[in-house]
Amino acid sequence: MIVGEQKSLEEILGLLGDAKKVLVAGCGTCVTVCFAGGEKEVGILSSALRMKSELDGHPIAVDEVTVQRQCEWEYIDPLKERLAEYDVVLSLACGIGVQAMNERFPNIITLPGINTTSLSLPVEQGVWEERCQACGDCVLGITFGICPIARCSKQLMNGPCGGSQNGVCEVDPSIPCAWQLIWDRANMFGQMERLLEVQPPKNWGQSRDGGPRKIVREDLRLTERE
Amino acid sequence: MAEEQTNGFKSGSNLEKMLRSGNFTVTGELGPPQGADPKEIAHKAGFLKGVVEAVNITDNQTAIVRMSSIGSAVLTMAAGVEPTVQMTCRDRNRLAIQSDLLGAYAVGARNLLCLTGDHQCFGNHPTAKNVHDLDSIQLIRMVKNMRDEGIFECGDAIKGEVPRFLIGAAINPFADPFDYRPYRLAKKVAAGVDFVQTQLIYDMPRFREFMKRVVDMGLHEKVYILAGIGPIKSVGAARYMRDKVPGMIVQDVYVERMQASIANIPKEDKAGRRDAQQNEGIKMCIEQIQELREIEGVAGVHIMAIEWEEAVRPIVEGAGLLPRPQV
Ligand code: SF4
Ligand code: SF4
Repeated sequence: MIVGEQKSLEEILGLLGDAKKVLVAGCGTCVTVCFAGGEKEVGILSSALRMKSELDGHPIAVDEVTVQRQCEWEYIDPLKERLAEYDVVLSLACGIGVQAMNERFPNIITLPGINTTSLSLPVEQGVWEERCQACGDCVLGITFGICPIARCSKQLMNGPCGGSQNGVCEVDPSIPCAWQLIWDRANMFGQMERLLEVQPPKNWGQSRDGGPRKIVREDLRLTERE
Repeated sequence: MAEEQTNGFKSGSNLEKMLRSGNFTVTGELGPPQGADPKEIAHKAGFLKGVVEAVNITDNQTAIVRMSSIGSAVLTMAAGVEPTVQMTCRDRNRLAIQSDLLGAYAVGARNLLCLTGDHQCFGNHPTAKNVHDLDSIQLIRMVKNMRDEGIFECGDAIKGEVPRFLIGAAINPFADPFDYRPYRLAKKVAAGVDFVQTQLIYDMPRFREFMKRVVDMGLHEKVYILAGIGPIKSVGAARYMRDKVPGMIVQDVYVERMQASIANIPKEDKAGRRDAQQNEGIKMCIEQIQELREIEGVAGVHIMAIEWEEAVRPIVEGAGLLPRPQV
């Protein structure tokens, strides 16, 4: 799932500038599940904004709304009618949701209220660990199901660097070394030789480095081919 | 220099000739300054001239910005010392690396060390973006293909003169998973490495075990292995390496010997304590060289005395390795 973290109140107030009327817009999907931008967080942040702006002598009128998915036109379209009364929208959706709002409603600025951090797995209550960087050329099939792109601090493709020790990454002892995990799993299956082959340079052209990516499925499109 | 004939050598470098001659080979290391003064390189190179076959010029070591390895290598050559250019995958993508290699060869560099690179979080620009377009093994293969096939990474032919580097890499027998480490060396050999230098050795039993496995796999016949050593300057430095540096193992005996060296010197005698520690550090290095010479598969030593280049001559001399043979 997409995971994010709320920005600090100071940063949010800075972004809002001298706005007098703000709509805080949550999203009912990923950011709800990671407790960053669902209905509950929208409520808490809105109250905080009201109180703090009041104290600062520059009161902001804050309304709240949460749609089921801010990254799909059909869920945000119903907001259209009410947007005219606000100076800005503060979205607590991921970066996709924020951009969907700006694209669909170009006459009003939608600001980000969270930092979208990663594609993560909730490994336990309250803990999210990154698992995928959407590199566009998945190598999990040759790395025993553990992603060296998202989980190795240097995105290595040919085994652990010299900083791997006691199972943890040189960058921080709280990060398990991805290549230790891969090696352990190769051992578990008795297939260490699969890690001995030299992997050629990765095709980063299919990741973000190739420019913004786009998938077009003609079989699913309703409009005519351009 | 570009027109020199390699005569059956891969690069024709002094280092390659020494390794091939079968003599116990010695390499050193030089850390470029955090400024643009060329005199600093000449000064440090002066300590190493005639003492080692080649000197690694570090590439933004520990992710701290320093004079470039290639620029420093030019100055090192001018000072009469053969450089080994270090190249990390942290700061450059495949385009930048290849163009730098063409330039490095054109100005006369012949030895190259291919590294992954320390993570930028350890250095003075922790908010930098890292590259890691290639990893060190892919880099080795790329440099080999440039040399032996005359092609760039993309497959296009190199036009005219081809860069012919002696290809080096680092190996760390002290990192985990230990069982994987000999295989990682095998991968570097498969990718085309000619020589490797190890991480600093302060755990001889583990290094012996590693070498035993390497010899069993026959790797010592396919690659020259230089054992990494370095003089410890103080008790504090020994403790720091033991407790704080990822990827290092320092046996307690090294810390204890450093402590013992100053046990009878009063605290007020700062100079006496400093000298005693430095002498002990150098002495332990010399003893290590004697031990390493007896280990099958070890082709020489790589002495890392960054910011203490003066220590290299007494170590090499003390080990009975001076004067260096002419090849
Ligand atoms: S290899 Fe790429 S697509 Fe597969 S999990 Fe890793 S980042 Fe995601
Ligand atoms: S320690 Fe492991 S996870 Fe960290 S950079 Fe090295 S190989 Fe990658």
